[in-house]
Amino acid sequence: MSIPTQALSNAYRLMKTIREFEERVNAEIMNGQIPGFTHLYTGQEANAVGVCAHLDTGDTIISTHRGHGHCIAKGAEVSGMMKELFGSSEGLCKGKGGSMHVADIDKGILGANGIVAGGPPISVGSALAAKIRKNGKVAVSFSGDGSVNQGTCFEAMNMAVVLQAPAVFVIENNYYSEHTNISYAVGCDDLKARTEAFGFPVFVADGADFFAVHEAAGKAIAHARAGNGPAGVFAEQGRYHGHFVGDPQHYRGEGELDDLRENHCCLKNFRARMVETGEVGNDVLDAIDAEVMAEIEQAVVDAKAAARPTPEQVTQDVYINYGAGA
Amino acid sequence: MSQKTMRDAINEALHQAMEQDESVFVIGEDVAGCQGSAGEVGSVGGVFGVTTGIYNRWPDRCIDTPISESAIVGAAAGAALVGMRPVAEIMFADFIGVCMDQIVNQMAKFRYMFGGKSRCPAVIRFSAGGGFSAAGQHSQAMYQVMTSFPGIKVVVPSNAYDAKGLLLSAIADDDPVLFFEPKVLYQEACEVPDEMYTIPFGEAAFVREGDDVTVVAFGQMVPKAAAAIDELAAEGISCDLIDPRTTSPLDENAILESVEATGRLVVVDEAPPRCGLTADIAGLAADRAFASLKGPIKQVCAPHSPTPFSPELEAAYLPDIPKIKAAIKATMA
Ligand SMILES: Cc1ncc(C[n+]2csc(CCOP(=O)(O)OP(=O)(O)O)c2C)c(N)n1
Ligand SMILES: [Mg+2]
Repeated sequence: MSIPTQALSNAYRLMKTIREFEERVNAEIMNGQIPGFTHLYTGQEANAVGVCAHLDTGDTIISTHRGHGHCIAKGAEVSGMMKELFGSSEGLCKGKGGSMHVADIDKGILGANGIVAGGPPISVGSALAAKIRKNGKVAVSFSGDGSVNQGTCFEAMNMAVVLQAPAVFVIENNYYSEHTNISYAVGCDDLKARTEAFGFPVFVADGADFFAVHEAAGKAIAHARAGNGPAGVFAEQGRYHGHFVGDPQHYRGEGELDDLRENHCCLKNFRARMVETGEVGNDVLDAIDAEVMAEIEQAVVDAKAAARPTPEQVTQDVYINYGAGA
Repeated sequence: MSQKTMRDAINEALHQAMEQDESVFVIGEDVAGCQGSAGEVGSVGGVFGVTTGIYNRWPDRCIDTPISESAIVGAAAGAALVGMRPVAEIMFADFIGVCMDQIVNQMAKFRYMFGGKSRCPAVIRFSAGGGFSAAGQHSQAMYQVMTSFPGIKVVVPSNAYDAKGLLLSAIADDDPVLFFEPKVLYQEACEVPDEMYTIPFGEAAFVREGDDVTVVAFGQMVPKAAAAIDELAAEGISCDLIDPRTTSPLDENAILESVEATGRLVVVDEAPPRCGLTADIAGLAADRAFASLKGPIKQVCAPHSPTPFSPELEAAYLPDIPKIKAAIKATMA
């Protein structure tokens, strides 16, 4: 599948944006600027971008606790996200949700999610709506290698098949769920086969390779869009940071992180491919890098200057208020 | 006897229970940690470090699981039904949302529905409550919800000493016990005996004694209420501070006797108001000590909203010392 040049440079820009967003968020957490629990997507950028490249705003995604990358890839405003992480009332969710709950419904981003495997059932609902409306839309849910062991994930997969809903299950294997390796937590040897046993095709990709993910996701999404029921994508790629910021990462092998950064980097892979094909020049990519860095810097400046929430906002956006406690 | 944090006190109780009784085992996500990885299995000890060292001594009885809360609680319930004494860890109390059926419809009902013929000596431990900017799905107290179900016992320690004694009681108990550990208190230390001891369920602690107002507080609100009361002492107001320690069974007599003596009641909890513990205790006093009341009962609790993320919002959301002081004064106005 050939990808237009504009789409290529856009994909690179999104991956770079995610990378730099996450690295900056990491630094700001270390500085004590960002509260709460934050899980970084660094290293896995090609998964989100390769999948979301096939989606338009009418399609939906639902994400996980490691959600920044998915949201950016689906078009969330970087500045609004940064403000949200800083807890500003100008954030995408008015400072009510933070990192684990970034959402932008108008853009089809049904939210990051703090409950492991909270997303897939909701995504089936979005897919069902598309089926009833016959509008050709699809609903994508992202799940980690740990998330797929939750009953809600099994239920969603089976029901999507039963209902023939255009749900796309993207499984991101980064080898760990918190501190536990997939070889322990997934009982069978072949997670792809286990997933396919539900009754839908799963397309495998190297998660460090945008083009591989793009191709696999393209097949899965086309399958669902065409009315053939659900489909899956299975992408493998390690995360560069700990489970959460501050994780001592006892589970890592010697040299594992160096190898990941050195030999499994979607940005490097993308650049290497462009050198081969000549589709997008290095100068263009360098210019994108500079623009992204400036955008992230500006987002942080804006987030630090943004309005802080005030106490009366606590009870806004709840349906009912009661006197006690307020 | 030495100073121990609540984390260490709970950890010590687990070690001692494991040592004493081979039917005790620990099960949950990353309670050992690093399974299947290049790292050293057992080097995590739970995300809050509460099960540290258990795997290293009893690798067969410290069991890591996939992320499957329903199966974890169900497995604990099933093992308990056949005579084991599991201590399951659910990382955050909010995840009760995932395993509610196994708690509420299964383990809570066995003894009654089976005509009293079964025992289910399972303990489920949870980190609970707000204070970490962890937002709507990682900050809930949840114990107030679980208190409403017959068939389970509910424990909410407010300090390291109580946590150890209550956990040892929980493990020895023949009925299912939900054990809620306020996560902001894990690092708080007090004197804790080295040896094993138990604290009976349904016996409240009097944290402060006074004449003017009865204050009942739960979990992380106990130290806040104590601080508020100490500040008010300077103004000549003296309060009983009652920490029920177990919300089910509840030491109704301690509360009622205190209210009969003071004639005034403030109830403090971090959960929202509706169908919660503040309303529950207020109802108890209104029903059974009405004649003694000299002023309105005051509830200090979170507002009716999910827990917000932003630190400023969470600070406004959770009850604090000024709010508790104001409520105490309001009962005297
Ligand atoms: C129901 C539930 N159980 C446990 C957790 C705690 N938790 C958060 S992320 C996580 C690991 C998830 O692993 P995986 O699905 O592989 O995603 P990854 O973190 O690797 O992206 C766990 C156990 C949670 N948030 N929700
Ligand atoms: Mg994972």
